[in-house]
Amino acid sequence: MSTNESNAHLTTPTRLTGAEIVWATLVGEGVTDVFGYPGGAILPVYDALRKFPIHHVLVRHEQGASHMADGYARASGKVGVAIATSGPGATNLVTGIATAMLDSIPMVCITGNVSSKVLGTDAFQEVDITGITLPITKHNFMINRPEDIAPAIRYAFQIAKSGRPGPVLVDITKDAQQATAIFDFAAAKPAPYKPHPMLHCTSEHLAAAADLIRNAKRPIILAGHGIMRANAMEQVRTLAERMQIPVGTTLLGIGSFPASHPLNMGMMGMHGESWVNNAIQEADLLIACGMRFDDRVIGTPATYAPNAKKIHIEIDPAEINKNIKVDVALVGDLHHVLEQLLPLLPGRDGSAWINAINSSKGTAAVRDIRNLPDSGHLYAAHVMHDLWRITGGNAVVCTDVGQHQMWEAQYYRHDQPRTLITSGGLGTMGFALPAAIGAKIACPEKEVWVIAGDGGFQMTASELATIVQEKIKINIAVINNGYLGMVRQWQEFFYERNYQSTPLVSPDFVKLADAHGIPGIAVRDRGDLEAAVDEARGVEGAFLINFLVEQEDSVYPMIPAGSALHEMIRRPSHNPLIEKPEDE
Amino acid sequence: MLHTFVAYVEDKPGVLTRVASLFRRLNININSLTVGRSERPGLSRMTIVADADESAANRMRASLYKLEVVVEVDDIGKSASVTRELALIKVAATAENRSSVFELAEVFRARIVDLTSESLMIEITGVESKIEGLIQVLNEQENRVLEVCRSGKMTMRRGQHTSRVLRALGAVDGASAQSANLLPEAYGEPEATEPE
Ligand SMILES: Cc1ncc(C[n+]2csc(CCOP(=O)(O)OP(=O)(O)O)c2C)c(N)n1
Ligand SMILES: [Mg+2]
Repeated sequence: MSTNESNAHLTTPTRLTGAEIVWATLVGEGVTDVFGYPGGAILPVYDALRKFPIHHVLVRHEQGASHMADGYARASGKVGVAIATSGPGATNLVTGIATAMLDSIPMVCITGNVSSKVLGTDAFQEVDITGITLPITKHNFMINRPEDIAPAIRYAFQIAKSGRPGPVLVDITKDAQQATAIFDFAAAKPAPYKPHPMLHCTSEHLAAAADLIRNAKRPIILAGHGIMRANAMEQVRTLAERMQIPVGTTLLGIGSFPASHPLNMGMMGMHGESWVNNAIQEADLLIACGMRFDDRVIGTPATYAPNAKKIHIEIDPAEINKNIKVDVALVGDLHHVLEQLLPLLPGRDGSAWINAINSSKGTAAVRDIRNLPDSGHLYAAHVMHDLWRITGGNAVVCTDVGQHQMWEAQYYRHDQPRTLITSGGLGTMGFALPAAIGAKIACPEKEVWVIAGDGGFQMTASELATIVQEKIKINIAVINNGYLGMVRQWQEFFYERNYQSTPLVSPDFVKLADAHGIPGIAVRDRGDLEAAVDEARGVEGAFLINFLVEQEDSVYPMIPAGSALHEMIRRPSHNPLIEKPEDE
Repeated sequence: MLHTFVAYVEDKPGVLTRVASLFRRLNININSLTVGRSERPGLSRMTIVADADESAANRMRASLYKLEVVVEVDDIGKSASVTRELALIKVAATAENRSSVFELAEVFRARIVDLTSESLMIEITGVESKIEGLIQVLNEQENRVLEVCRSGKMTMRRGQHTSRVLRALGAVDGASAQSANLLPEAYGEPEATEPE
């Protein structure tokens, strides 16, 4: 079959094998790239791939496939697709599925399973993957008839991208892949999407919200990931600008509101800017947009924003009053809700509050590591700041999990949505490299950087070979501090510096890259940083920089888990970087 | 506090697991759960009694709706409704001492549905307290209770107050119509949780 013929299936009902139906349905859903790894129970599907215009990226571990599909979805806004065989192939997907679930990422995973005749017999490589993934998917399907494949996959796409997005898994038995059925793409269309019946945004509630906003003296917008999911960047910006309301972002909300915008105060929460957290504690109104008051953001519920009324604009009714009791809930699509709310908001003078926040920055800005001499040391914060400066803030940055992730969030200033790709909810180490591959395949024209710790990089470093096989250009910055740094920091602060199992012996990352045919360089001094970054950006293929940074640096400020937002641990004055003692 | 939900769910394999798994995930104990066919083709009706306070109950309902297999959820709450449970109770009883059990059954409007020389079986329908009352007095008798099999609660709103009628009247669904004026209180209170 040629490409044209396979597209003809989309309009004319045709008899196909189940395996062909899988691909034909994906083509019909607009899929151009999938990430996967073959095996016995999915072999019929792989055998049929050559007939269809879909690019398959061969990963090195199925966790990579689910993270790549996730990165692809985050970078493009489309649904990512991962494919694996039964048993170990399917279970290897699990961490990536949970990562996507916790961050509401639209993704469809397709797994093969043993033939329906032997289902439930502990056949070779049989695993109950729909059972395993039940709590970490929006929904999943177990399919054992070829005629059910197209409807299930089409329904899976609808579920994955509708409402609050998330991952969906379709498990297909081998005999269903081998048998034939009439493929009728149009007839396989799911019933129209039914929104959650508890969505709720009446004119009274809109009026109540508008009233609170108009009368607030110290309002703050809390900008979350939902803004990007709902494509409501413009509306949030209009709300902030027209009503002169300062904005704080969550980790996943970074990019939803331009970092360089004068109203953007920066990130909130455990490692958020001190003035943002303090402002939240002093605020008289919080307008939460597409965020869920995660415990990393609120510290502890009892002490959170004690003086503030709260408006929660959120698509998922199960999030309302979950962690924080709110005064007005506008439960619906953020884009849609704000379109209705904005006409009720004529404008407002917010200068007093904005000035108060700006002056509250006080010495915090002076204390900022960027403004201090490096005295020959290479600090991770310098790396982030310089990467931001040299890339003009235009790169898509995929971070891993740990200290480097927080420093990136603090020092790389993202003006564009979907340019920071990071695992927020699950905090999955090993995410960055495969997610970056997915992001690059989704957006080949973009400059893509991986920023990973020496620990997390080693969790999925095998995907370096995928980069080479795919001939894609990704720049990799390993922030090598010789420790599982974030855990070491907790040990330093809360476990009397008992550095149990956090010092890390690593391979020479430059040699490791070299073994894959990827050039690289180690950087020890800030003076060598720019040349290395320039070289990375200049070479045609992938490039790795091993940044050997200060080993025992910590991320400041930090709110200890369970403390109030204003109970921050500040950068200590004995830090060699601080010339002047703390004055507050 | 016990809370009763009536849920219409798809009549397909695995649906019970999805519902049960949700309660497990939210760390809420299911007190009783009954399932059977409903008046709607392809849909089963569940009565779920869970140990949840008002706030958790609202989150439960919102979360139940997030399951693709759940079509409708009614939170019975304090609304007027009829609740029944069926119990089969096997009691040790011989010809000499079975008459007192007959008397008890009479008082509780229960029926004797099986009789052997050593035991008899009682069928009783009613609210929980009635069934518990019978079991209690049986336990106080010399006739030993050998086996108890209880169906779990089944609940239905009183009068014309079915969700279908409400929908015909233009409400989105039964329970959200009740809570329309209560938002966001209708979503309950956060539970006191200590993050780690
Ligand atoms: C898969 C996984 N295992 C364990 C953790 C717990 N954890 C969080 S941060 C961290 C240390 C990360 O070390 P590294 O990758 O070197 O980054 P750094 O903090 O040093 O920048 C660990 C172990 C995790 N988030 N994910
Ligand atoms: Mg490290």
